[in-house]
Amino acid sequence: MKSVRNHLSLVIALLSILFSMQVFFIVERSIDAYKTKLSKNYSVIVVSKKELNKDEFSKINIIVSQAQEITPDSVIKRLSSDMKNTNVELLKLTLPKFYKLSLEHYPSPEEIKKLKSDLLANSAVTKVEDFAHTHDTVYKLLLLFKNVVSLFSIVVAIVTLLLIFKELRIWQYKHSERMTIMGLFGAALWLRSAVLFRLAIVDALVASFIAFGAFAYLSSHPWITQQLKSIDIDIVLFYPIEDSLILFGVAIAISIVLASLIVLGHKEEA
Amino acid sequence: MDKVIVAQELSLAYSNSEIIINKASFSINSGEFVFITGASGSGKSTLLKSLFGALKPKQGSLVVGGVELHGASRSKLNLLRRHIGIVFQDYKLVKEWTIEKNIMLPLLINGYVNSVAQNQVDKLLKHVRLNHQIGKYPLELSGGEQQRVAMARALAHNPILILADEPTGNLDDYSSQLIWNLLEGANNQLKTTVIVVTHHIPKTLNVAYKHFHIEYGSINEIC
Repeated sequence: MKSVRNHLSLVIALLSILFSMQVFFIVERSIDAYKTKLSKNYSVIVVSKKELNKDEFSKINIIVSQAQEITPDSVIKRLSSDMKNTNVELLKLTLPKFYKLSLEHYPSPEEIKKLKSDLLANSAVTKVEDFAHTHDTVYKLLLLFKNVVSLFSIVVAIVTLLLIFKELRIWQYKHSERMTIMGLFGAALWLRSAVLFRLAIVDALVASFIAFGAFAYLSSHPWITQQLKSIDIDIVLFYPIEDSLILFGVAIAISIVLASLIVLGHKEEA
Repeated sequence: MDKVIVAQELSLAYSNSEIIINKASFSINSGEFVFITGASGSGKSTLLKSLFGALKPKQGSLVVGGVELHGASRSKLNLLRRHIGIVFQDYKLVKEWTIEKNIMLPLLINGYVNSVAQNQVDKLLKHVRLNHQIGKYPLELSGGEQQRVAMARALAHNPILILADEPTGNLDDYSSQLIWNLLEGANNQLKTTVIVVTHHIPKTLNVAYKHFHIEYGSINEIC
C-alpha cells in the first residue's frame, strides 16, 4: 500500500501531462483533416483572356494543384433560344475562359491574398473570385479552436510541472537520509541514486502504459468514432507505435530530469 | 607497527565558523583501541567526522588508511569508506529497509555476492542476539536493538577501522555491555582498529587502549 502511494503521485502527474499532450495531437490531426476536407471543397474562380493549363497556373503560384476549365455551355444554352446559331458560335469565341482552381491545402488568408495578386499579375487573367470572406471566417474559427486547445494544454502542462516540482521536494526529503547513509559507507553516486532512478523509470513506464491503454481504448470507442463521423472527419486518433513511443519518451525524460535534480541537489550532511 | 591514522598540524572547522581542532598532531597504529574524550562541544565528534572524510581538514594533513584526506576526491573517499565501519549515536539506519538489508548495505557496496552477504548477515544477527527479529524494520526495535543492528552493520565487511560516536550514549546496561563486548571482540580477534568517542570509558573493558582527551582545540594523549 505504502509502495503504491510512493508511485501514485508521480504517475498521476505524468499522466496528466501525457493526456494533455495527446489531446493536443488529436486536435492538431482533426484540424489538419478538416483543413484537407475544406481544401477539397474550396476553389478559386479565374477568368482569363487566353487558355491556360494546370502547369501554367502552378508556375504562377505553387499552391494550385488542379485547374479545371468551366464550360460556358449551360449559360449559352439559356441564351441560345433567342439567338441564331452563328451568333452563338461567335459568342463562344469571344467569351473569356473560366477556370476553377483547386489548391494543395487549405490556405491561410495571406496565402489567398498572394494567390490573388499573383494571378492578377498575369496579363491573361482579368478577374479572380477567391470567396475570401467565407474562407476567412472558417479559417479564423479553426485557428481560434486550435489556440484554445493549445492554451489549455500549456496550462495543464505548467500546473502539472509545478506539481512535479512539489513532488521533487518530497522525494528529496524522503531519499536524502538513505542516500546520506549509503554515502557514509562509500556507495558510489550511481548506487546511491539507483533506487531513485528505478522508481522514476517504473513510474514513467506505468504512466505511459496507462496512457497507451486509455487512448487505444478511446480511439476505437464507438461514441468517439461516431462523433468524428458526424463531422465527416476520418483520422487516426492514436498511432499505437509512434504515439506510445513519444508518450514514453516524454514520461521518461521528465522522470529522469526529476531524479537527476534530486541527485544533484542532494547535499551530504557534515 | 603500521599507522592507520596520521595527523599533522591538523586544524578542523565547519565552514565560516571558528577553529574547533587547532594544529593537532597524533597517530594511531593498526590494531589499537582508542578512546577520545572531552567535554560537550570540545570537538570529539568533529574529529571523528574528519576521520571518514565527512569534514575536510581546514589546515594540515590527515592521512587515514593511506589516503590523504586534505583535498581527497569523492571517489577516493568512497574507496576509503568501504574499509571503515561507523557507529553513530543516532544509529543512522535506513528506516524503510529491514534490519537484514541495513546490515547488508556495506557488503553490497563492497561487491559481495547476495548469498555470501546473506550468510554474513545471518551470522551477525546471531552475534548481536537479534536473530529473533529478522524481517523487522528499525523503528519496530528498541534503541538498544537498533544500535546493535548498527554495530552489526559496522562489523559486516570486516573493516580495518571502526569509528564509534558515543555508541552507548542512549542505551541500557545490557545493550551497552553487548556493544562494548562486540567492539572488544573486533579489536582482540580481528585486530581491527577501534576509535570510540565517549564521555565515559567503561571500567569493565578487557583491552589495552590509548586515550586522547580534547580540550580547548588541542588533542592530548593521556597515558
